[in-house]
Amino acid sequence: MIQTATALAPEQLAARIAQDIPAGAFVNLGIGQPTRIADHLAPELGVVLHTENGMLGMGREAKGEEIDPDLTNAGKVPVTETPGASYFHHADSFAMMRGGHLDVCVLGAFQVSESGDLANWHTGKPGAIPAVGGAMDLAIGAKDVYVMMTLFAKDGSPKLVPACTYPLTGVGCVSRIYTDRAIFEITGDGVRVTETFGIGVDELRDRLDVPLETAHPAG
Amino acid sequence: MARTAIMPTPDEAVAGIEDGSTVLVGGFGLAGMPFDLIDALIRQGAADLTIVANNAGNGDVGLAALLAAGRVRKVICSFPRQVDSYVFDELFLAGKIELEVVPQGNLAERMRAAGAGIGAFYCPTGVGTSLTEGKEIRSIDGRDYALEYPIRGDYALISAHIGDRMGNLVYRKTARNFGPVMATAATTTIAQVSSIVPTGDLDPEAVVTPSIYVDRVVAVQARHYTVQGAR
Repeated sequence: MIQTATALAPEQLAARIAQDIPAGAFVNLGIGQPTRIADHLAPELGVVLHTENGMLGMGREAKGEEIDPDLTNAGKVPVTETPGASYFHHADSFAMMRGGHLDVCVLGAFQVSESGDLANWHTGKPGAIPAVGGAMDLAIGAKDVYVMMTLFAKDGSPKLVPACTYPLTGVGCVSRIYTDRAIFEITGDGVRVTETFGIGVDELRDRLDVPLETAHPAG
Repeated sequence: MARTAIMPTPDEAVAGIEDGSTVLVGGFGLAGMPFDLIDALIRQGAADLTIVANNAGNGDVGLAALLAAGRVRKVICSFPRQVDSYVFDELFLAGKIELEVVPQGNLAERMRAAGAGIGAFYCPTGVGTSLTEGKEIRSIDGRDYALEYPIRGDYALISAHIGDRMGNLVYRKTARNFGPVMATAATTTIAQVSSIVPTGDLDPEAVVTPSIYVDRVVAVQARHYTVQGAR
């Protein structure tokens, strides 16, 4: 098992996730932190980015004269197109997602449960305006759903939990969780730690209320 | 068998929209939003509207202006809350507008179903979440699906790039978004375009929305908005 001495900064975590994106994959990167992963995908990998508002082959963020109000990503940020890009309407965009054609999507999360339930759309707090967008469609659509998040909330509470207390986005849909302190696989039999960053497995076991296996018997 | 009508102005294009109508409004954020048709609808005065759109308005323009004018009873959308959705936020928190949140792909597919004559369909999105509570769940080949019904509009207001005099439409980049789906799902589809070309000038292989779905077309001056509002 890989272990490093310090926690990962968001940019390092994005770079780490990029290493696990297969060459030639069709990938959707969720709004927010996962968007950063695009900066770490080498062009020669031939990864094709999908944006659910209707495009395959999305390029980097547009700047200055490149900005075109008719060309944005799902976060409504102006973007560019790459050679071989294609446009399609919303029903097609979500059909290709739901139909299992998308290889990977990476989403942010409030919480993930030990069985891979995802909560990332609504805090459920009184006065909060619910807004789901494409989160539920992405959660059940891509072949592999990866989560990118901090392992602990600002108040120190773990975000990998036995059962989500926030409203669910999808049930049993997450296969890997990439965090600033460790990487976890949801195996179907439990949760396996595959890498740690500045924290020992014993401390993880101490701070998480979730049974953890390790890839190799190690401390 | 009314063929597509070329309308001289947006005001004439939206004539006849009744109070209480369900209106499908294209656009994802500001991209593809039919600003001129919405402004004309505000002048036209129809009220008590149910609006189906991806968002619930951005800034003070387009859909946000319609909401601010007090014409909307209910919004059916996937993503109302955004950095610049203050018009909707205020109305919603004051209890002055109803909201139905629908996952984005279900919103699109439910309109597609309406336009394609599908009575209902089983969809895996949202199963096990609060957004499918009360819906029929069926297990098919070991996977659970929720029964989803079509969303039909009395009117669709969409924005396309170029139309021809027959009413065929092509779109531009991600401004296409909901336009082609909404065009199929409404009794009366009204499209604004930046230009209308003679019949035969559009490559038939490149037509995205065939004229059969389009009832009225109006050419408007292209307006340029940034993602954060009018420029």
